[in-house]
Amino acid sequence: MSLNILQVENNHIFKQVHAPVIQVNELTRKFGSYTAVDRVSLVVRERDIFGFLGPNGSGKTTLIRMLCGILRPTSGEAKVMGYDVVYESEEVKKSIGYMSQQFSLYSDLTVLENINFYARIYGIPRRQRKERIDEVINIVEIKPYLNQLSGSLSGGWKQRLALACALVHNPKLLFLDEPTAGIDPVARRDLWNLLFDLSARGTTFFVTTHYMDEAERCSHLGYIYFSKLIAYGSPEELKKMPQVMPEGYVRYELRIDRLTEAMRELLKMPFVKDATMFSDVIHIHIQQGSEEELQHSIAKKGFFVESLRLVPPTLEDVFVTLTRSFGK
Amino acid sequence: MFQGFFAIVYKETRHIVRDPRSLFLMLVIPSIELTIFGFAVNLDIKNIKTGLLNQDKRVESRNLVDQFVNSGYFDIVEIFNNEEEMATAMRRGIVRVGIHIPPYYTDRVLKNEHVDIQILIDGSDSTVAMQALNVSNAIGLRASIKMLSKTKSLPSQFPIDMRPRVLFNPDMRTANFMIPGLCGVILQVVIMLLTSFAIVREKEQRTLEQLVVTPVSRFGLMLGKLVPFLGVGICETASVLFLMRFLFQVPIAGSVLLLAFFAGIFLFTTLGMGLLVSTFAQNQIQALQISFLILLPSFLLSGFMFPQETMPKVIYWFGQMVPATYFIRILRGIILRNAGFWDLWHNGAILGAMGIIILFVASFRFHKTIG
Ligand SMILES: Nc1ncnc2c1ncn2[C@@H]1O[C@H](COP(=O)(O)OP(=O)(O)OP(=O)(O)O)[C@@H](O)[C@H]1O
Ligand SMILES: [Mg+2]
Repeated sequence: MSLNILQVENNHIFKQVHAPVIQVNELTRKFGSYTAVDRVSLVVRERDIFGFLGPNGSGKTTLIRMLCGILRPTSGEAKVMGYDVVYESEEVKKSIGYMSQQFSLYSDLTVLENINFYARIYGIPRRQRKERIDEVINIVEIKPYLNQLSGSLSGGWKQRLALACALVHNPKLLFLDEPTAGIDPVARRDLWNLLFDLSARGTTFFVTTHYMDEAERCSHLGYIYFSKLIAYGSPEELKKMPQVMPEGYVRYELRIDRLTEAMRELLKMPFVKDATMFSDVIHIHIQQGSEEELQHSIAKKGFFVESLRLVPPTLEDVFVTLTRSFGK
Repeated sequence: MFQGFFAIVYKETRHIVRDPRSLFLMLVIPSIELTIFGFAVNLDIKNIKTGLLNQDKRVESRNLVDQFVNSGYFDIVEIFNNEEEMATAMRRGIVRVGIHIPPYYTDRVLKNEHVDIQILIDGSDSTVAMQALNVSNAIGLRASIKMLSKTKSLPSQFPIDMRPRVLFNPDMRTANFMIPGLCGVILQVVIMLLTSFAIVREKEQRTLEQLVVTPVSRFGLMLGKLVPFLGVGICETASVLFLMRFLFQVPIAGSVLLLAFFAGIFLFTTLGMGLLVSTFAQNQIQALQISFLILLPSFLLSGFMFPQETMPKVIYWFGQMVPATYFIRILRGIILRNAGFWDLWHNGAILGAMGIIILFVASFRFHKTIG
């Protein structure tokens, strides 16, 4: 774990070094005897799109709430935009935007009324308010719905509205808690394109998601599992982690009939380190140089191999492997 | 036909058990309330606050006063030196009954001559007034009979003549007495619930999470919630008082402007209570249950239904903690007794102080965090 942090830091010595906007040190939150976030440390730098992943209940929302200054940590410390999340939480709140996991705007207010309300509550001076509201309306392209009650919007438009409200005071850092949960693939892609636009203009993102394709688009990732941050780095770095790609092993994608049966047989073979089933393919780790032996063994069991090709690990592989090795 | 019956019973039982706060409110509160209010429900009015203007002061007059005190119904709490003092105390509601013994009382009694005792009775509480009226008449009657038994001649009238005079609500219309109180109680109920729901709804619908992540200040949030409801409350007060005046024909003896001023203070305090309730409740049902803790005393201990004089001390002090108590005093003072600012200002001051304290506690209890 701490090794990964070192990796990231080193990389930045050679790349352009951006200033850190989130610094988390051993942050912990307990609910009674249950530890929802366990000694998490991480750094997010300016202009990063930091993707935060983890299974349900692993502590993502809890960590975000602490970073937004609305949940007190049990121990540890965190600075967001240079402010301590406990002692300077009001300063933190001024400089960030937050989109919570559930829709939490006023359903009985129209789209425009909601945006207007948040513009006022963030204290945008009256002269700039109109202009800024128009700006965010254009950014999220919600103009056609301005006078609709926000409770009656569809899922994708609700998320856009929530984003507009989180953006209205022009924060340099945005926390988005599962912004794409429950919306269709097209709306999902549109939303991500929007995030990239904003990122290009200098906004830093801290995003949670369960989608691997979204994770691939992040500049940095953190993976939290059972309240602990077990992986942390850029997607490329994660794919190169020794647990994911052990020395002397290679990864193949195997397209084969009778997947479940094949899985069982594969795991019995001595040169196969690991096998993971996807919807129509199996990814296997085998010892370098044992390709022939593999094909031979499969044929002997009477399976039909449609294709076998060398592949780099996907992020899904990374997380599955990490999860599994963490369990051991 | 009864399919699912046991499943539903099972599920509902779980719901009840899982919600210990509501369970507590359901089980404990009724017992507490019955105990408290059982003592308050007492229509046999004793210890009526009474003021004495004794211009005679000799033994005979003191004997008469003793008869009032020993009856158990009158409690002499003030001694006056002149009629003016007595009138002021009546208007302020400090005493409900004033006994005026004339300087020539002893002389007349010793000569077996006729003498008037003036009994001033505050008619703004008709139950109290009725009781005072009956008992003082009875005392007069008894004293007269005692005197008569010593003489042989039969006079044309009773020697000791109690002359009760009901002030402020001379025909003792119950409506005049009940409806101002009812206004106070209804306003408190509606406004408190309305306000407490306003914040609790944000918790229920989770909009609070988005709100507390903004730089809104606690006082900004609290006062901001309060002001629109103050507007609602003012309209409500106006309409309730309008109905009182024109539908129920309760005349307003005092200044409407003064009434509006005190009503403003009362609204502020009540709104604050609504906010305070919302800091305890997680949902609207809980808000309703907690509000009941305050609403029942408003009905039963505020003097609206039962005179506070007759309550045991502990219960009486409960009543003093309810804002409605002070507002009802103000309402009855202005509407029935034509009381002015200086007659009632202490009630307003207590209300205002309560409001400020409540608002501070509510703001203190409200944290811009969740969980
Ligand atoms: N206020 C709370 N009181 C008690 N337990 C809580 C509270 N909030 C969260 N938890 C617990 O902490 C754990 C982490 O919850 P959290 O919401 O952070 O998970 P998550 O990673 O966001 O999950 P998801 O992907 O489902 O959103 C869960 O087990 C949850 O039950
Ligand atoms: Mg979550």
